[in-house]
Amino acid sequence: MYFPHTPAEEEAMLRQIGVQSLEDLFQDVPASHRFPDLNLPPALTEMEVMEEMQELASANDTTRDLICFLGAGAYNHYIPAAVDSILRRGEFYTAYTPYQPEISQGTLQAIFDYQSIITALTGMDVSNASHYDGATAVAEAVSMAYAHFRGKRNKVVMSPAVHPHYRQTVHTYHHGSDIAIVGEDTDLQAGTQALFPLIDSQTALVVVQYPDFFGRVFNLSPLAETAHAAGALLAVSVNPIALGLFKTPGEFGADIVTGEGQPLGIPLAFGGPYLGIFATRKEYVRKMAGRLVGESVDNRGQRAYVLTLTAREQHIRREKATSNICTNQGLMALAATVYTSLLGKHGLRQLSELCYHKAHYAAKQLASIPGYDLWSKAPFFHEFVLRCPAPVSEINEHLLEYDILGGYDLGQDYPELKNHMLIAVTELNTKDEIDYLAAALSEVSND
Amino acid sequence: MTEPLLCELSVKGRIGFRFPDSDVPSSPLPNELLREELPLPEMYEPDVIRHFTRLSQLNHAIDIGFYPLGSCTMKYNPKINEEVARLPGFSAVHPLQPIETVQGSLALMYELQEWLKEIGDFAGVTLQPAAGAQGELTGVLMIRAYHESRSDEKRTKILIPDSAHGTNPATSAMSGMQVVELKSDDRGNVDLEALRAKCDDTLAGLMLTNPNTLGLFDENVEKVIQMVHEAGGLVYGDGANLNALLGIVRPGELGFDVLHYNLHKTFSTPHGGGGPGSGPVGVSERLVDFLPGPLVGILEEADEENPPLYGFVYPPKSIGRVKAFHGHFSMMVRAYAYMRMHGKEGLRKISDYAVLNANYLRARLKDHYFIPYDRICMHEFVAEGRWADAPDIHALDIAKRLMDYGFHPPTNYFPLIVHEALMIEPTETESKQTLDAFADAMIKIAEEARAEPETLKTAPHNTPVGRVDEVRAAKELVLCCRVASLE
Repeated sequence: MYFPHTPAEEEAMLRQIGVQSLEDLFQDVPASHRFPDLNLPPALTEMEVMEEMQELASANDTTRDLICFLGAGAYNHYIPAAVDSILRRGEFYTAYTPYQPEISQGTLQAIFDYQSIITALTGMDVSNASHYDGATAVAEAVSMAYAHFRGKRNKVVMSPAVHPHYRQTVHTYHHGSDIAIVGEDTDLQAGTQALFPLIDSQTALVVVQYPDFFGRVFNLSPLAETAHAAGALLAVSVNPIALGLFKTPGEFGADIVTGEGQPLGIPLAFGGPYLGIFATRKEYVRKMAGRLVGESVDNRGQRAYVLTLTAREQHIRREKATSNICTNQGLMALAATVYTSLLGKHGLRQLSELCYHKAHYAAKQLASIPGYDLWSKAPFFHEFVLRCPAPVSEINEHLLEYDILGGYDLGQDYPELKNHMLIAVTELNTKDEIDYLAAALSEVSND
Repeated sequence: MTEPLLCELSVKGRIGFRFPDSDVPSSPLPNELLREELPLPEMYEPDVIRHFTRLSQLNHAIDIGFYPLGSCTMKYNPKINEEVARLPGFSAVHPLQPIETVQGSLALMYELQEWLKEIGDFAGVTLQPAAGAQGELTGVLMIRAYHESRSDEKRTKILIPDSAHGTNPATSAMSGMQVVELKSDDRGNVDLEALRAKCDDTLAGLMLTNPNTLGLFDENVEKVIQMVHEAGGLVYGDGANLNALLGIVRPGELGFDVLHYNLHKTFSTPHGGGGPGSGPVGVSERLVDFLPGPLVGILEEADEENPPLYGFVYPPKSIGRVKAFHGHFSMMVRAYAYMRMHGKEGLRKISDYAVLNANYLRARLKDHYFIPYDRICMHEFVAEGRWADAPDIHALDIAKRLMDYGFHPPTNYFPLIVHEALMIEPTETESKQTLDAFADAMIKIAEEARAEPETLKTAPHNTPVGRVDEVRAAKELVLCCRVASLE
């Protein structure tokens, strides 16, 4: 159990305080509302809790029971055993934010390692210690750009091919400010070109996703040039696994790179906790929200790490801070760091190539089924849009009978993509599974 | 001994992990889009494990010892939580699966919503916010949306007591509200006269932490809430200090309109070295329509043969989503297990003992440290880390010296309204022996402050590193390390 006090100890402690009973400690609480009788279930033992939790868990069908082709911002990857073995260390997971560097070097140096990995992956100069997820990282990028121009530029050009949840989050965060968000109604097929005419001298930030929500990979240099020519910043939301293969946003000239770090060794877990990646160029480091670890020395002459530039943050700046972020995703950043250091340059490249080749094999197989077709001819990474002969919800019901978790129904977010399915393929999908999916889909076309 | 960085451990050509060979024919790669360099470390598994294991040994943590960090509720994190969160039925589930395949997750979320409603006396709860600060943002955005929906748009003023967490003013500013500070009276309560002066038709709401950051339950809380309501404002409760109130009082009954829960404080999900947290938000009847969507609801009621069908519902005037997917689900699993372990009686005991432990420490220390608002406290209290006869000693020196005795220091320099503040929150999971050992160390340090101040000024002495040069870190801004793999 988790409570220590014996009756004798409780008695001694109350005596030291100078009160008679535990109830006496709550005299400041209005008497009419004190000690409510809560309608909650009684306590269980650990054995009973485990049984109940197993029962709940078994009411779910998992991505191990089903063959998963569902992605759309959360991806089914293999997580090496070493990752969780480190995450289970109480020294990491039961520590608080490293405000006291003398007894928090483990967390601080791990964050510094994380910052090093994220900057290497994204081609940027600096990374913070994380945001909540890919969605809030984009919302914070908008805040940062707005603050950078001191509110003098109030337009944000956002691609419709940014994850719908991310775009919705940006709207929630910035509803009621004078930020105008444009571009979400531009042509989906056109790629980034459709955004060019919208970028002007009022534009603070251009936001795109890479690979985009539909899996496509575009050369972002022309977009970066157009944004910079107008004096605007470019933010790119990434899938880090794709960066094992594709050019970095840094090479294209991005100013801010955000992303969803879940694919880096973090379980799907029905949506979280995940990891918000946030990196930028050195000249903008003071405008970036979130914690940051810097290298220094201690008074014994040893190399040591410490939270730095804290004057940007809410606990110092209060209402003048650009963000209220405090708790972030520390343990998830550690997972990503262990995962990426274990895979290393060879493993990550192998992984991204496997995803690429398997997805391309799948695209080819599925597009050859009568009634099905690929929506785009643009280069893509491990996700693609399949035009289907029937509503996606119906197809997915059919696939579920074959224990297949079908792709994402794009019609939910894009009316023009009714009957279009977003299919994700990772290293966990075998050729046999892909062929099995093709066979199951071909039955629908023959109906 | 200094632990090398990952980039320094890298050796060219080393492989740490291998995937199976591809079983599909290769497709051509788009050469013009490929990166040329991938400057990641090259390591093998034993080095990775040793590196992170050695790093872990440089941390203090709850599993190692006492961690009385005020307002952070560093209680023991039960191990069953970690086991259940890792059940494949919870960890290997995609957030966008059809609802028929995730009834276990949805049932758990539904129950958790219901229990949090019951604990707080609220009409609705969202589990979506990622952390306390995001819960605050959600709350203030709902307050804003509420006034907007009534075409009462001049209400842009949020009152925040001077004892509040820094996230409160930052959140309000982020929500486009105007922040007005409210002072505390000499008993640590909201100053009613100051409040009265600011209650006008521009008032959007008040953000109130109760118990406040002095660890004191506001003696006038009902009056404060009534005044804000009469002026047309709403009251936000910062639930960071809810560990004092489980089964003691329900914030909704006191009139709070919205409150965030910190699952990573009150409900024992681990802090993870700075996250992930989880910050569900409860609201009164008049704000339920504004909750971020989706919420978990019952789509089809249970009948004799079938359990209910759980699914997602969208509040009609929702402020929208505040993050992707449904929130930090595995934190919800841990909090659920924690609530099941404690049950109704156990939850009350949490607060009973959290308050008992704080008052016991306060009683043991009050003859040695000045306690500016010396009355029965709730789950934490604030002492001053200064003495007239030890003029060179600051709260920081006391904090650093505590590390030599094996304790994590209290929160220092917060709240801002106390000089040299040491904010001490022991939590309910600490034994009398631990509390006594800590009190003894604090009393010894108070003696050292007079007898050998240098020992404090140069502390800590037996930690992995000594005091770190923060100025140098900010000036040189070395923020990452590039891999230069050894040949």
